Amino acid sequence: MLKVHHPGFYTSIQDLGRFGFRHLGVPVSGVTDQRAAKRSNALLENDPNDAVLEITMNGPGLEFTEPTYIVLCGAPLEAFLDGDPLEMNQVYQVGAGAVFTSGHVQEGLRTYLSVKGGFQSDIKLGSRSQFYPITSSNTLKKGMQIPYNPIGDFTPKLLKIIPEESSADIDIHVSPGPEYELFDADYLNHLFVKSFQISKNHNRMACQLEPSLPAHPIRIITSATLPGTVQITPSGRLIILLRDGQTTGGYPRILQLDANSQDRLGQKQFGDVVRFEKIG
Amino acid sequence: MSAPPFTIKPFGPVALLLEWPNRVDEDILMDILGFRESLLKHHLLGPDWELIPVYHSLTIINRTDPAAIKDLIRQLPQWHSCLPSQHKPETQYWEIPVCYDVSLAPDLLEVSEKLGMDPQKVIEAHTAQPYRVYGIGFLPGFLYLGGVPEALKLERRAEPRLHVEKGSVGLAGAQTGIYPQVSPGGWHIIGSCPVPLFTPDKTPPCVVAPGDQIRFRAIEKAEYDLHKLESEIGIYKYKTGHSNA
Repeated sequence: MLKVHHPGFYTSIQDLGRFGFRHLGVPVSGVTDQRAAKRSNALLENDPNDAVLEITMNGPGLEFTEPTYIVLCGAPLEAFLDGDPLEMNQVYQVGAGAVFTSGHVQEGLRTYLSVKGGFQSDIKLGSRSQFYPITSSNTLKKGMQIPYNPIGDFTPKLLKIIPEESSADIDIHVSPGPEYELFDADYLNHLFVKSFQISKNHNRMACQLEPSLPAHPIRIITSATLPGTVQITPSGRLIILLRDGQTTGGYPRILQLDANSQDRLGQKQFGDVVRFEKIG
Repeated sequence: MSAPPFTIKPFGPVALLLEWPNRVDEDILMDILGFRESLLKHHLLGPDWELIPVYHSLTIINRTDPAAIKDLIRQLPQWHSCLPSQHKPETQYWEIPVCYDVSLAPDLLEVSEKLGMDPQKVIEAHTAQPYRVYGIGFLPGFLYLGGVPEALKLERRAEPRLHVEKGSVGLAGAQTGIYPQVSPGGWHIIGSCPVPLFTPDKTPPCVVAPGDQIRFRAIEKAEYDLHKLESEIGIYKYKTGHSNA
């Protein structure tokens, strides 16, 4: 069992997502930075879909009651195992009773903690990803116990890997969204000539940008949205939907992020700068 | 082959958006749902495909294979032209109990004043006709309902509430709906439904499907309390039948 001593700012169990229920309004959920989470599973030779902990900004305090192996990937986190500092992107053996403590992320926003074989919490609608009310809560709670299969004799093929992506990269690759062409060229130009800042309103559902564009008169009938859809409200506010984002929306969908850019955006925090770059 | 009734737009690398003419229309919805049923049965097989119908559009997503999405642009019009023209998807009719008691309907009196109708007339107008489910979204199990009578149309609340109770029945613009969970919300709350429409442990988790019709039935507070207890212990029986779609 993994015992949660304290949950940190926003820590949740996530796999690659919950598919097949979007027509009933159920968001896909799943890890925000897929590349980082997949790397943490790869080092432990797990399945890419194995459930990991997604840690946000400020990490949890945890206790491992059985032996296993762990990896941290994503945003560099100040973290310790029984008081010894942990490096990112590296496999560590964990003994029964070991205590994991952590502080703030040093850059970026989200860190992934994977365990050999993945966390074995209940599967709801085909996924372990926490999303209320599909699961009983959105995040870990103090005192929660999360099962995993104990393993004491694993010899990893690789002990450490260096990630290719850099959290300093500010370019967000986008293709035109379904309503892109309803806006005139002057209006669209605003999207690409300036950069934007991540506002305070950003979480697993959506990320709002500042400043807003001018108000506009384009209205649509409610239609489907995807993770990475950039909506623009009538007052010109840009809202990028993320993994827990609603499956339908009534605002024009002006741009669509590709998968790697969604990962990149998932590591941006309040005040960080991003710039749209049109591809295709 | 005649031109298909929809346009096809790319929607990022892994999805396509099919759009029918830009209006809320039962015939369009039935064409979309019939096409969706046929695609899932004959052409887009397996768990990688997801098809989301809402109002006048159908979004087709493939989780893993962008190339499969590109191929569809050519195939979809062909597949649609092969649909039998009389085919209608099977839809259900649901009777949904709603209690309009002011203890559960914080905005009923204000709505009645704004519309210039007695509260009783508001309730009669709200329960007088069935509503068509044009899609499910915004929250798990939130039904987009069409068919709100002209007399009940009003602006949404000036200030959204941060906390709307689960089961609350809302009214705003030309829309009415039931909040399937606690949520922030800007609609006027005129009643409450005691039975859940979305239960994650059930298969399927949502009892109502796109294309179905629902009709609200006004109930007293005592019946509300009873149905609430019945659904908590899992013995509430939804009243349902075939819809005349």
